[in-house]
Amino acid sequence: MRQFQEMPMLFKLIKRPEPSKSMVFLSPVIALILTLLSGVILFQLLGVDPMEALYAFFIEPLTSRYGWGELGVKATPLILIAVALSIGFRAGVWNIGAEGQLTLGAICGGGIALLFYDVEAFWVLPLMIVAGIAGGMLWAGIPALLRTRFNANEILTSLMLTYVATLLLSLLVHGPWRDPDGFNFPESRIFNDAATLPVILEGTRLHMGWIFALALVVGAWVLMSRTIIGFQVKVVGEAPAAARYAGFSVNKVIWLALMLSGGAAGLAGLVEVSGPIGQLLPTISPGYGFTAIIVAFVGRLHPVGVLFAGLLLALSYLGGESAQISMNLPLAVTGVFQGLLLFFLLASDVLIQYQLVRRSSPSAVTQ
Amino acid sequence: MDILIASLLTIITAATPLVYASIGEMITEKSGVLNLGVEGMMLLGAVCGFATVHFTGSEALAIGAGMAAGAGLSFIFAILVLGFQSSQVATGLALTIFGIGLSALLGQELVGIAYDGLPKLAIPLLSEIPVLGPLLFNHDILVYGSIVLVVFVVWFLNHTRSGLILRAVGNSHDAAHAIGYPVLRIRFLAILFGGAMSGLAGAYLSLAYSPLWIENMSAGRGWIALALVVFATWRPWRVMIGAYLFGGITILQLHMQAQGVGVPSQVMSMLPYIATIVVLVLISRDRSKIKLNAPACIGKPFHPTS
Repeated sequence: MRQFQEMPMLFKLIKRPEPSKSMVFLSPVIALILTLLSGVILFQLLGVDPMEALYAFFIEPLTSRYGWGELGVKATPLILIAVALSIGFRAGVWNIGAEGQLTLGAICGGGIALLFYDVEAFWVLPLMIVAGIAGGMLWAGIPALLRTRFNANEILTSLMLTYVATLLLSLLVHGPWRDPDGFNFPESRIFNDAATLPVILEGTRLHMGWIFALALVVGAWVLMSRTIIGFQVKVVGEAPAAARYAGFSVNKVIWLALMLSGGAAGLAGLVEVSGPIGQLLPTISPGYGFTAIIVAFVGRLHPVGVLFAGLLLALSYLGGESAQISMNLPLAVTGVFQGLLLFFLLASDVLIQYQLVRRSSPSAVTQ
Repeated sequence: MDILIASLLTIITAATPLVYASIGEMITEKSGVLNLGVEGMMLLGAVCGFATVHFTGSEALAIGAGMAAGAGLSFIFAILVLGFQSSQVATGLALTIFGIGLSALLGQELVGIAYDGLPKLAIPLLSEIPVLGPLLFNHDILVYGSIVLVVFVVWFLNHTRSGLILRAVGNSHDAAHAIGYPVLRIRFLAILFGGAMSGLAGAYLSLAYSPLWIENMSAGRGWIALALVVFATWRPWRVMIGAYLFGGITILQLHMQAQGVGVPSQVMSMLPYIATIVVLVLISRDRSKIKLNAPACIGKPFHPTS
């Protein structure tokens, strides 16, 4: 029996004989409730009516058809990236540079759009998608190579490459790719129609990227639960020694995890620039690559869970914008909410492995 | 000559925050805990330090506020990692995400406000020496403090009983626990120290390096500090050398940008990040070197059994 020495006197934590399945699903709910309660306090500190603010944050964005479309638009990159990141996290591969891979996807895909600016052909968009995925994979391939060949920590290398990617995008839109008729603003030309993702829900901005996200959810679910590759990924993450004994190649899993998440992040970047943005700008993402890490954890590293978590975190972006417009609240509140949600989730996850029992209760000791 | 001295001086100010943040993180890692939240703690330290000097005018309070902010954020990390057994990697990332958001929220009224910067403390007589005087004996208090910190940490780790216990906890928490050392309490203190140093590093950015507040002003220095600890193979003097090397690269690229060497400024700005990757690869490729020097229990959770 294991317990903590440094817990408050009234309760103690006792290790469960096996992890609680129901807590795996309840933990995000508990975390969300605690986040909303902290929100009440936060809004009070900011001097606004908490109920009004929470309404502006979480209800108002969804009161129109357009709002629901926007929810899908924001959720698309989050789900695309988080589904693929989850696979890596399960294997213990920490790609936290998805933001950079997203940027490279946007650069490569957007580059194709600018290169064939005068060509209005059906093949431009598919080519952009391929280029976007390839760009993300290329950028994720660097940490994969450095990890497998030189043992360099992928957390630090993938993150450093995010800064490099952002600077590269800035270089391109300030220089060679700047719109010749754009009054010297650091923006590319606006992509032509053949290079823009079609809208799938009339009256909204919801575009084909949403279909890609749903397809990736299904694909990842099949991969993880129905194939030997998915099995290997889980074993490498949960029991590295067993994986070595079984002859699974750890390097192969590292490459797989980084290629999948890099490709998905690249696709997300392409989807952003050829969807809602429609051109290349110095900043193309409000941190989707980092928020996707939260999405992956809240979604329990499971494709279907990630789908719902993606919608939730997308709502936090929408809510931030809506509260800024209607109540003049700072946009940074979104980041605080996202961070709080992850803190509370990590804390409530203790209940998956441990049980909270009253110290006086004698029945709990007889395990 | 004056230009050279001026450049060398800016290298020192660029290196100082890295010294604080990496030394703090090194102590945390020595206890067996990896805290990836350095960037978030630095930003919170930067905004709290700047706000304090703006509202009270007191530099001493500002430095204290920066340290308290970093330590406060690392307190959350300690509770989650030690008390709730959460993943150190995930919790550290959460700390960074939260710190970026919270610092932006707190600092939105402070953007665009100017401040003169920490005053220089010229050491009498010594600072009069030509060349060496201005270079070594005319700095703000935190530059002197960073040197004192390194000397103290070297002495603490290698010549004190507490330093030995800290290293023991990081190398084998089960053995340390069996002998009767309070593993969790020692880790708790090491995490708080790391947090305070990260906060101080952030405060240095907003009080001295570029005395103002901008969102995300640390620009990845927290992550570079993490890489420096690996680069230094967990040794304080090498941490300091690494910090000065990176300070040098940062300033070199700034000067080259200013001179207009025909390379786009963005390419020059990439240099510190690329250099970080290069040094990480150079050090990490020798697996035995990392294995020999890294605290053996780093990243592993510890449950005291009763």
